[in-house]
Amino acid sequence: MLRFYLKGLFRDRSRSLLPIIVVTIGVTLVVLANSWVTGVLEDMVVFNARFATGHVKIMSRSYFENRSQQPNDLALIGTSALMASLKSEYPEMQWVERIQFGGLVDVPDENGETRTQGPGGGMAVDLLSDESREIERLNLEKSLVKGRIPQTPFEIILSDQFAGKLEVEPGDTVTLISSTMYGAMSITNFTVSGTIKFGTAALDRGGMVADISGIRQALDMTDATGEILGYFPSGEYDDVEAASFAAAFNEKYSNPQDEFSPVMATLREQSNMSGFLDLIDYFKGIIVTIFVVVMSIVLWNSGLLGGLRRYGEMGLRMAIGEEKGHIYRSLIIESVFIGLAGSVIGTLFGLFFSSLMARGIDISGMMQNSTMMMQGVMKAKITPAAYYLGFFPGLIATVLGTVLAGIGIYKRQTAQLFKELQA
Amino acid sequence: MLITSIAAAQPSGKEILDRIDQNMSAESRYVKSKMIIHGPRTSRTIESETWAAGESAFTEYLAPARERGTKMLKLEDQLWIFSPATDRTIQLSGHLLRQSVMGSDLSYEDMMEDPDLASKYDAVVTGSETVDDRECWIVEMHAKTEDVAYQKRKLWVDRQRFIPLKEELYAKSGQLLKKTELSDIQQHGSRWYPGRIVYKDMLKTGSGTEFIVDEISFDVEIPEYLLSKAALR
Repeated sequence: MLRFYLKGLFRDRSRSLLPIIVVTIGVTLVVLANSWVTGVLEDMVVFNARFATGHVKIMSRSYFENRSQQPNDLALIGTSALMASLKSEYPEMQWVERIQFGGLVDVPDENGETRTQGPGGGMAVDLLSDESREIERLNLEKSLVKGRIPQTPFEIILSDQFAGKLEVEPGDTVTLISSTMYGAMSITNFTVSGTIKFGTAALDRGGMVADISGIRQALDMTDATGEILGYFPSGEYDDVEAASFAAAFNEKYSNPQDEFSPVMATLREQSNMSGFLDLIDYFKGIIVTIFVVVMSIVLWNSGLLGGLRRYGEMGLRMAIGEEKGHIYRSLIIESVFIGLAGSVIGTLFGLFFSSLMARGIDISGMMQNSTMMMQGVMKAKITPAAYYLGFFPGLIATVLGTVLAGIGIYKRQTAQLFKELQA
Repeated sequence: MLITSIAAAQPSGKEILDRIDQNMSAESRYVKSKMIIHGPRTSRTIESETWAAGESAFTEYLAPARERGTKMLKLEDQLWIFSPATDRTIQLSGHLLRQSVMGSDLSYEDMMEDPDLASKYDAVVTGSETVDDRECWIVEMHAKTEDVAYQKRKLWVDRQRFIPLKEELYAKSGQLLKKTELSDIQQHGSRWYPGRIVYKDMLKTGSGTEFIVDEISFDVEIPEYLLSKAALR
């Protein structure tokens, strides 16, 4: 019987070709849109995790509440003991200390007077320890435009754009005017070791990276740190694992009565990341819903047109005694074949186009004034969901369209059939 | 009898400011002081020496080790800081002037303030109150010009000694920015001067900053080079 239906579909291309093309286009678009949205948003999450949030982050409770101001006066203290505990209790995690700092970068002339200055924001990370993976994590080596990575505590990398604005080159001395963790003014000389392109407009305008030991001395933060970031060994963020991990840590270490006790926050809880993570799921849901609704309407319409064209055939089948329900079921079985064919072809096309877009599109030119932590190259990402996300809606939409269009069969009156045939 | 009746009579706001200026202002002065900064977690003590004459002042920090050798020079409306660790002299301007001095509740802008109140503010006496068992006039001051750090100030002035015992400093919007309490009032010749001032920045956490005068001399001879940029290095 199935062979009968298939033969009918292949021999009468007007019954199969247009619906398959419609389903193929729809499924291709779903797979492509899903891969694109997933790629772009996940890239943003990964980028933020590497630069700002970690998969989990430990801060003092007050620092967490005021984290948008990166308040180093509320930093964690006694962090060498805390780091030792973390490394022994959670050895599978990678733990790194970071200090976010801001201030004026002042460039002296030959007499030591201010030649030029500009506001900047920086990140102090462990650049000098052998076991540190921060250079790799922040992709610093590959992002260098001039010079080299700092090799001493009082060397600094400036964003290439910022260095250009200040008219400094590797080897020049700049003075960082900032605040110590006690609120006093801090004036410290750094040698520019290199310049870097962060690839995000917000950082490229005034970003700096220095070794954490130098910044600790500059900001009077002995055995203190603003943030301790934790990364899962897989390198992938898992929200459920992070949430249970944070809950266990906070239960053990955090004291709600002590504003300086450590508190762990997941990536989702920081920097509006929850919005982005939800956005990924919403987008997938919205794309699939729109696809099913639109495709169903299109295929319903196409089924109605097909029904009109096959009006005589249906009439004849009913006239020779075929039940309406049987005809209706046969149409639905046909639609399953069409849906399967369109979904498979559409998924293959979608994966093909997604793989082409996985190389990325450079949008850095459009982001000159952006303040978001976003990469300048947007890439699609093929996830396991891409293999089935378009497939089932393609099938469902085709069947749903046929179900709606096929209802017309039940409106045919048997008494009228022979009159119709005579006509 | 006569003295009591003069003290009891209410002077005008202008007269009170003139009397305060006679106490607090001087042609020149030398102060050795301690600033105890009570932060949210720790307290730190910073020692310094200051030479001031008119609108110029030179301060050298003596302790702790991290701040030792840092020098600050104010010449009229300009302020420079010399940092020995960097061998740099930085002129402070704009928003940097609003930064805290050594993490205290005092800003550089506060240090730039002209101590002469009568020339900068209009004052009215709004009432009287007892502060630290001393009868005080409550004086409200409004800035005559825009170029002052605080547009409105409220003083509790000792009726007999004409020295403020309490002060509230407000922004133009009416927001209370700082509070000060002056105590350990000592007589130096014909003038009264506080031995301890507690500053509290109302926008900061912490328990305020104590400014303790260890040594003070008025109308002293100050070498000319001390009030010039040459003294910074």
